[in-house]
Amino acid sequence: MQHSIETRDLIRTFKGQDKPVKALDKVSISIDEGEIFGLLGPNGAGKTTLIKILTTLLLPTSGEAHVGGFDVIKEPNKVRRVISLVSGGETPGYGILSTNENLWFFSQLYGLSSSAAKTKIKQLLTDLNFEEYAKTRMAKLSTGYKQRLNLARGLLNDPKILFLDEPTLGLDVLTSKNLRNYIVDWAKKERKGTVLLTTHYMAEADEMCDRVAIIDHGKILACDNPLTLKEKLKKNVIMRIEVSSMQADFSFMEKMEGIVGYSQTRSIQTDTTTLKVMVLDEKTFSMITSKLEEQKLKILSINKAEPTLEDVYISRVGRGFEDEEAGTSA
Amino acid sequence: MLDELVRNLRVAYARLWVRIKGSNQEPEWIAADLLIPILTLSAYVYLYKMLNAPAEFSGFVIIGGTMIAFWVNVLWNMSSQFYWEKETGTLEMYLVAPISRMAILLGMALGGVVNTTLRAVVILVAGTIIFQVPLAVHEPFTALFTFILTIIALYALGMLFASLFMLYGREAWHTANLLQEPVYFLSGSYFPIRYLPDVVQLLASFIPLTFGLDGIRRVMIDGQGIADIWPNIVALVIFTIVLLPLARFALNYMENLGKKEGRLTLRWQ
Repeated sequence: MQHSIETRDLIRTFKGQDKPVKALDKVSISIDEGEIFGLLGPNGAGKTTLIKILTTLLLPTSGEAHVGGFDVIKEPNKVRRVISLVSGGETPGYGILSTNENLWFFSQLYGLSSSAAKTKIKQLLTDLNFEEYAKTRMAKLSTGYKQRLNLARGLLNDPKILFLDEPTLGLDVLTSKNLRNYIVDWAKKERKGTVLLTTHYMAEADEMCDRVAIIDHGKILACDNPLTLKEKLKKNVIMRIEVSSMQADFSFMEKMEGIVGYSQTRSIQTDTTTLKVMVLDEKTFSMITSKLEEQKLKILSINKAEPTLEDVYISRVGRGFEDEEAGTSA
Repeated sequence: MLDELVRNLRVAYARLWVRIKGSNQEPEWIAADLLIPILTLSAYVYLYKMLNAPAEFSGFVIIGGTMIAFWVNVLWNMSSQFYWEKETGTLEMYLVAPISRMAILLGMALGGVVNTTLRAVVILVAGTIIFQVPLAVHEPFTALFTFILTIIALYALGMLFASLFMLYGREAWHTANLLQEPVYFLSGSYFPIRYLPDVVQLLASFIPLTFGLDGIRRVMIDGQGIADIWPNIVALVIFTIVLLPLARFALNYMENLGKKEGRLTLRWQ
């Protein structure tokens, strides 16, 4: 069976200030037709670099990549005929044009006749539930509606393969949920399209994807369906501990045996830190609570947690996304 | 092959439509586009009148002011458009679409020509009436033909610049700034270039606008015909033959270089 997307030993390096930076390091993935595949990783992990290569916006330093059966380096125009790209947080067109006008314009890039474009635009506006904004200038749309417009633009050409780069970035919970549902419906019910989604929202990947690849520093650390990835963690114990200070020092955990990894979320509002710790057994866990008490930290709550995709990430790299993005080490 | 051509012509038409729609939605912009050039050329006309220059100098200024509108459009709307598209994120949408990038540039150019021609005609008519410019057009088709050739050569230059702007962003922006005034001067927009030193005239011959302006002025003011200005026409044809393929080559080259270096969609460079 031919894969919709396939990469082999893909490497991409960029010029760094002192030395070259490896954004992708021998990335090999295969995505089947009709699959919703998630690339999960913190900012700077290499997700967007991979999407740019697969959408012909960037050349790899070495390795191979095929999209829709076409080589992204040698046959970029054939690749472009079967794909579409929707990036979150982007301006979806020209501010001075209305929603309808923007969509008509982009439909022309894909060779739709004006009547076919009109029908398609009407259908997309209805499906995405924003017909009342058809004549509103894009500049006057809210972020949520701009992103609906962006998604509608991406679906104008009925792509076989849809690339979604952080599609719900900056959106409220309800709008994100609606867009996620629509994308899943589009991929599964309507036309069995392949979706490659990049996100750093764990729940989004968990909810939408048939399979996810966890990527960090350009390397694929794990790749499977979310359930299997989480199942593999069941042998570990995951606890959530809330302590009464934002300034607490948890560096002792780096040397402690039996700890698979941990992440911390600090709250300015409540002056608390929530630790998520993954340990090999309950005994290690009691050692952690003793250490916290030694530091005179008040433990506000302790809960046992079910494994999530974030825990899969923590188990592979020893820290959480937010720790990486905030520049703290764990 | 034919499908490909039709598809790209649709793209060019769509981009033309966006440009015309975008430029004409705000009446204040149109007023500014008309008033500012008229004010500038008024200053030159009054200066020449004060110096008791021959009446045809006013004609030089009016035609120069009209044609310079195209240069400004080429420099700031045509050349820098890909730069702006990159900054706003729409360039990415073009680059992932199965279209010729030249089709996009053609649409931008045609849109720019339509918009600027409408404004230029108003400037020309208003200037001619207000300052009572003595026109002596014996071969209107020669004037029109020279005008069309000038525009094609000028926008071909704009297409070439667009590819540079796409990759070099702000660096190219500075280059455009650097080019604006010297071209006003070298192309002889507001005075006859024959009064300039030979070396400067030689430099001016690298600018299509110089040949176009000189040809149009000689036909419209001096009453000359195609038999007199054929060298200008040949020069403009050569510019077009060289610049259009060069623009296509530069666009492909810059796109590939951008993809190699990772700068194609990199913003705020």
